[in-house]
Amino acid sequence: MMEKYTVGQTLGPLVKPPVTKIQLVRYAGASGDFNPIHTVDEFAVAAGLGGVIAHGMLTMGFVGQLLTDTMGPQGKMESFSVRFKEMVHPGDVITCQGRVTHREDVASGQRVDCEVWAIQQEGKQVVTGKAIFFVPHSSLQNEQRSS
Amino acid sequence: MTIDFAAFVGQASSPIRNEVEKGAIRRFAQALGDTNPLYWNEDYARSMGYKSVVAPPTFSRTFDYGTIADFALPQEGLIHGDQSFTYYAPIVAGDVLYCSTQLLQVKERKGRLGRMVFLVLEQSVKDEQGNLRLQEQTTVIYTAP
Repeated sequence: MMEKYTVGQTLGPLVKPPVTKIQLVRYAGASGDFNPIHTVDEFAVAAGLGGVIAHGMLTMGFVGQLLTDTMGPQGKMESFSVRFKEMVHPGDVITCQGRVTHREDVASGQRVDCEVWAIQQEGKQVVTGKAIFFVPHSSLQNEQRSS
Repeated sequence: MTIDFAAFVGQASSPIRNEVEKGAIRRFAQALGDTNPLYWNEDYARSMGYKSVVAPPTFSRTFDYGTIADFALPQEGLIHGDQSFTYYAPIVAGDVLYCSTQLLQVKERKGRLGRMVFLVLEQSVKDEQGNLRLQEQTTVIYTAP
């Protein structure tokens, strides 16, 4: 049973499986972002990156999953923003977390502000950001989907 | 050659019609490794009050936003700096959307790596009734040699 969100409450962690090169190819295909620095090692090496790097939007997508897992199927995202801080490479294990920074009770439910971030296996932050979502009362009384 | 990005500030693409497909949502969710049944199971999504499977929060990046006339971002030397989404209504499979992009702002800075140009683009997603469903802002940083 999910109680109301409280300021300071932590979200996650959502620990994703290691990023793979196949995943980057899949993400390129699914998103339409075919920049070869994400899929062609030779190109990424020539660009001085040492090898392919993940799409920033893949990591943001992971953080999006943290949020949608948190708010449950009837939650509504209102805003979501991130800053990209470090490159993510194949093999990196990304952990997404967050914290509730503000809660507003409205007639139909709760509006929740949070800060979110993702770190890689060495603890380095790869993205930081914030989000606002709305959860209706009906959903707060039901069991939330857990990650 | 120096690219004069500033000359394009305020210019927008013509809206492009995009149809949201179930398969595209599933492929996107699969790439993220997200098994949320809202993206995979139409009956479940309907039981939660949606018309069909739901698009994940960053799915709008897959849309075609058209191009601003004569404006082309270089493929190399671009860094995605930040990204934001503002949501007005959920996007679900079957939606027909009109998507456009506009260059909002260009800022230039001399950095460690030389000339850095910060380009702020805004993407707008409207439905057939003309209602705004979602907006994105993207900052890309171009490092000129």
